[in-house]
Amino acid sequence: MSEQLVVQLMNGLLIGFMYSLIAIGLTMIWGVMNIINFAHADFLMIGMFTSFWLYTLYGIDPIFSIPVCAVLLFVMGWLIYKYLVSKVMTGPGLAQLVVTFGVSIFIANTAVLLWSPDFRMIEKPLLAGTWNFGTVQLSIPKAVASVGSVLVSLALFMFLRKTKTGKAILAVEMNRSSALLMGINTERVNALSFAIGSSLVGIAGAFLSMYYYIYPQVGGTFGLISFCIVALGGFGSIEGAFIAGILIGIVQTLGGYYFDPAYKYAIVFAMYLITVWIRPQGLMGW
Amino acid sequence: MKKPTILQAAFYAALLAALLAFPLVVKGTFPTHIMIMVFLFAMMGVAWNILGGYAAMFSFGQVAFFGIGAYTSTILLMNYNVNPWVGLVAGGVLAALMGAAIGIPCSNLRGHYFAIASIAFAEIVRIHFNNWKFVAAAEGLSLPLLPDSLGNFMFHSSKAPYYYIILVFLLLSVLICWYISTNRMGFYLRAIKESHELAKGMGISFVRYRLYAIMISAFLTAMAGTFYAQYILYIDPESVLILPISVQVVLVAMLGGAGTIIGPVIGAAILLPLSEITRVWLGYKGTGVDMMIYGALIMVISAYQPQGVWGFLTSIRRRAK
Amino acid sequence: MIAAPCLEVEGITKRFGGLTATEDVSFTVNQGEILSIIGPNGAGKSTLFNCITGFYRPDAGKVLFRGKDITTASAHKICKLGIARTFQIVQVISDMTVLENVMTGTFLHTYDRKKVREKAGEILRFAGLYEKRDFLGTDITIADKKRLEVAMALGTEPTLLMLDEAMAGLTPVELREMIGLLRKVRGNGVTLIIVEHVMEAVMELSDRVMVINSGRKIVEGVPAEIVRNPEVIQAYLGDRYHA
Repeated sequence: MSEQLVVQLMNGLLIGFMYSLIAIGLTMIWGVMNIINFAHADFLMIGMFTSFWLYTLYGIDPIFSIPVCAVLLFVMGWLIYKYLVSKVMTGPGLAQLVVTFGVSIFIANTAVLLWSPDFRMIEKPLLAGTWNFGTVQLSIPKAVASVGSVLVSLALFMFLRKTKTGKAILAVEMNRSSALLMGINTERVNALSFAIGSSLVGIAGAFLSMYYYIYPQVGGTFGLISFCIVALGGFGSIEGAFIAGILIGIVQTLGGYYFDPAYKYAIVFAMYLITVWIRPQGLMGW
Repeated sequence: MKKPTILQAAFYAALLAALLAFPLVVKGTFPTHIMIMVFLFAMMGVAWNILGGYAAMFSFGQVAFFGIGAYTSTILLMNYNVNPWVGLVAGGVLAALMGAAIGIPCSNLRGHYFAIASIAFAEIVRIHFNNWKFVAAAEGLSLPLLPDSLGNFMFHSSKAPYYYIILVFLLLSVLICWYISTNRMGFYLRAIKESHELAKGMGISFVRYRLYAIMISAFLTAMAGTFYAQYILYIDPESVLILPISVQVVLVAMLGGAGTIIGPVIGAAILLPLSEITRVWLGYKGTGVDMMIYGALIMVISAYQPQGVWGFLTSIRRRAK
Repeated sequence: MIAAPCLEVEGITKRFGGLTATEDVSFTVNQGEILSIIGPNGAGKSTLFNCITGFYRPDAGKVLFRGKDITTASAHKICKLGIARTFQIVQVISDMTVLENVMTGTFLHTYDRKKVREKAGEILRFAGLYEKRDFLGTDITIADKKRLEVAMALGTEPTLLMLDEAMAGLTPVELREMIGLLRKVRGNGVTLIIVEHVMEAVMELSDRVMVINSGRKIVEGVPAEIVRNPEVIQAYLGDRYHA
């Protein structure tokens, strides 16, 4: 029994690391410009499909698609910020909410149009199979994806804390007007954050494609879960999103295992609602 | 609200006459069906407005109330032979109570935070119904076929009665919305929208008024759900509890002009025909083109004309003064 | 004539984590008086303000309004009982007209739309804003917004009106107008407590002045005395300056 617990915990952890990477980009965008990017998980989907097509058409393994996804989503994020999101920054709050919704619907359904709603998988990734520790089985693609996610998250931490641009982003996150006074180009920081956030989730897509089903609507549930993670961690807090991602991954896995797999997402959402009730600012938010 | 001029009154009277004559004059069931959907979503848009337009509670979870309304009246009909009209009220009350239940923990949430909480709530409802044997889970429920009558809230030979019923529902909703906006509650909701602090300072219990708003909005939306069930005669989670319905409601209100009474009606009049026609022509192939157009429309409107049609017209009028 | 106490504040203390923002502040305001609360920035005036009006719950102490204990009452209830307030950063409802803003206040005690509208109109005339009644809340000047805030507060029929830095940012002419308005308000029987930095207004309006520094009440008295008080001068200007 407790061996099962270990397995479930591990699975939860692995999923959690993935979730963390997805949520980090989202929380950064929120922290910098107060926008909830509803299309965030659809960017994830684009990352997954990019990886899939590179694999199917050119035989490129997901591992090597990572840079491509990163760059592609970076550019996409930048463009979407420049031509859509920046326009709503000064508008009514409703428009800000809805515009990324529009992007989400547009992207998801364009994908349906181009690639059909069918589920696909990358059948033979380079790193396949399972490791066996006694009776405990660890899926290698999952493990690689998770470790990769952690490394990328770490890279982001370093970037934000050690580089000049990164610090500028943090400055804007903390206090926009002060940052402006210090001569930081906040518009550029906005665009950059949106682009980086999108790039991160694109990378997550490449990782996820190693073992998860790839289909146009995959953004749906991942999207809502990542909002819950961001809220739980505290809107704008990157450390918070990281920890919350792991927590939610574990809650989801354990909840699904001990209660009812069909309800695992409902449990996550319920946890979000409870958190927001008790502590609206999340674990580490401000 | 200012008293309408003779010209305006004449216009509205003519419009009403045209609407009343529509199903009798126009041939074919599809146009009437489109109008029914227009009225249905206009009603939900008006109901949404009470929350989102007036009080800045941007609900993206209205579908939960829609589904609760549909399922409540249907279950009561199927299992306990309860008349659908009674079921309508029951569904509304249940939805209002659920709205209050979720409204309390969310009473401090505004804008984006409220939006996400509303989606989470609606998804929990959907997931539950999808797995709940009592409501036949994912299989859905087929309503029993009762003889044609107003009392049975069911008509098989023609869509016209449905048309008139939903039109009456819509007019009722508009009336309620109008009443709210011109009386204390409307003022209070708009104060709450401005700032919770300010509302408190003016003696307004923002928790209480937010709850009132949710409950009224929930009741009306649930009514729409019961209508849908009685009209389509089959409901399942995929048709009455999915997020796209919530989004459509927001869009209808936003396109027409959030925070105005007529806005959602205009929005529905534009969006629903578009939605229904593209769905029939393009959507059945499963290509999602209709939704693509939708998404593009949303992006463009929110980025470049967020005040919506009515807001646009009013601002022209204001500038002309 | 013995003046009836309108507000009695006893030993109010409020802490935020390790910081004691307000410490053991006590004072009384009588019906019809104008009391000013002054003190350097960060002295704890707003915290005290918020504790009295129900926006914060004090950690210790009592607040009695016309004899009734309102220490733990919620903000909106306190308004209903008769204490109205304005905000440091002026808040009016942006997408409503000036008239509608005041109506929101008048709705507190009346439900009748017509009566509410009439009363709001009267208040606007009183406050000198009647000509601007159809302007949107966003479209008026700061000075007008401040007057509107007072008008909105008056709509709730307060016995006690508390103003948080109502004079900030006003030109000399606007200042005079606001002082005039507040005098009129007091003339109608409303008691006033004003938190202020603008000494000209404090000197002109106040019956009494209370000085707060570092969360504590330093001294209380008539304006002329306060201005000469060495502790007060030290609080504002630092140790190097003495009377």
